[in-house]
Amino acid sequence: MTPSRPEAIVIGASAGALEALSVILPSLPADFRAPIIVVVHIPPDKKSVLAELFRARCRIQVIEVEDKEPLKPATAYFAPPDYHLLVEDTGTLGLTYEEPVLFSRPSIDVLFESAADVYGSEVAAILLTGANEDGARGLAAVAKAGGRVIVQDPETAFAAAMPEAGLKFCPNAEVLSLDGISEYLRRFD
Amino acid sequence: MIETFEKVEDIEIRLLLEALYVRYHYDFRNYAMGSIKRRLRQACEQMGFATISALQEKVLHDETMLPRLLGYLTVQVSEMFRDPSYFRAIREKVVPHLKTYSSLKIWIAGCSCGEEVYSLAILFREEGLEDRTIFYATDINQQALQAAEAGVYDLDRIRLFTENHRKSGGKSSLSDYYNAGYGRVSFDRSLRERVVFSDHSLVTDAVFGEMHLISCRNVMIYFDRPLQDRAVGLFKDSLARKGFLGIGAKESLRFSEHAEGFKEFVREDKIYQRVGI
Ligand SMILES: C[S@@+](CC[C@H](N)C(=O)[O-])C[C@H]1O[C@@H](n2cnc3c(N)ncnc32)[C@H](O)[C@@H]1O
Repeated sequence: MTPSRPEAIVIGASAGALEALSVILPSLPADFRAPIIVVVHIPPDKKSVLAELFRARCRIQVIEVEDKEPLKPATAYFAPPDYHLLVEDTGTLGLTYEEPVLFSRPSIDVLFESAADVYGSEVAAILLTGANEDGARGLAAVAKAGGRVIVQDPETAFAAAMPEAGLKFCPNAEVLSLDGISEYLRRFD
Repeated sequence: MIETFEKVEDIEIRLLLEALYVRYHYDFRNYAMGSIKRRLRQACEQMGFATISALQEKVLHDETMLPRLLGYLTVQVSEMFRDPSYFRAIREKVVPHLKTYSSLKIWIAGCSCGEEVYSLAILFREEGLEDRTIFYATDINQQALQAAEAGVYDLDRIRLFTENHRKSGGKSSLSDYYNAGYGRVSFDRSLRERVVFSDHSLVTDAVFGEMHLISCRNVMIYFDRPLQDRAVGLFKDSLARKGFLGIGAKESLRFSEHAEGFKEFVREDKIYQRVGI
């Protein structure tokens, strides 16, 4: 059975993110319909090269977000360094410059919680490799709102702390390898 | 069930914002919802209210609560010479144009605790423009405005400010402009001699005439799109012919209904120039 396609996919990752996302994002077809919104922890003073890097490797569009960026299908959106990224209820993405959450700005919790508020059950949240606990509470918020929650198998993660925390907050999350996650996403289309 | 719960919170937020507007004339009704929601959840949690309705009751009946709540609803995070390349672009690309005027008006909208004001005042002094300039520094947060007027910051922030100032192409040493003591630094009074601080809201107040440069950074990100349009419209009408507008590093006029009123002047640093009339 093919699960119905969520309105958006949100992804969070920290240490090891580059390698993990390199398995998932390039595997998606050019007409992959749901927008994919990604928070990766990056040092605040660095110019982020993530969007540029993935643009070259992906068939979907890849954008670093500016405030009020409209969401479009077949596009991956990366949070810029040093701003929180939120989904808004007007089909756009918003940025804020509030305090870091768990020492992180952008914060995965902030993105996931806003996605839970806006999409309710119509979102899939994916928590990948990382060395801290950001994202776990957000994942729980998505689960509580009825959305789908997926955690990278900690055994396969570069850093296990983040997916483990995800599972602690969200014991019913689906546990998948990176390839498993790619496959899971492709089934939506 | 969850659906119903979420909706109740949305209703509470709408009512609280309405209450704030009717009772105190602070208008947050068209701020970006996601951020407002986060701030209000945080306010309830930290001040010990079980619901936003409980917070609303307190705010309506006890006006000493207002500044505390405003502290949550307005985000006061700033730095001196934040995004040094922006200030470098002002220095290298905008200043040469400003030098052709005999008197200048600069508006720093949403000036927070003054970090951006002192940055521009120092830059203008370094460039020899200070004497012909009046700076208008505005915000809706009274406490922030008072802090801006005082110009006192924690000593531990100075290292970053100094580094930013240097990267912005600073021609002097930041330490020329402050005195340090007791873990704080106090910026030189003379820097604010030409600054007018005032309470002005981009949501509810009117135009400010004939500005040569408006710097409004990381303020409009807290607004929804229609409210951003209002603010940008206000800037458009407040700018002199060929005046400049600088916005935050991750803001853009691309999505604004007034986009054609401006041209990109320094694209990477989000500095625009008024076109037409
Ligand atoms: C994050 S700070 C930006 C400070 C500084 N401009 C910078 O970029 O570092 C946002 C400021 O906007 C102010 N603000 C919020 N709503 C406003 C409004 N309607 N009119 C004017 N200022 C507002 C807040 O009080 C706060 O001081």
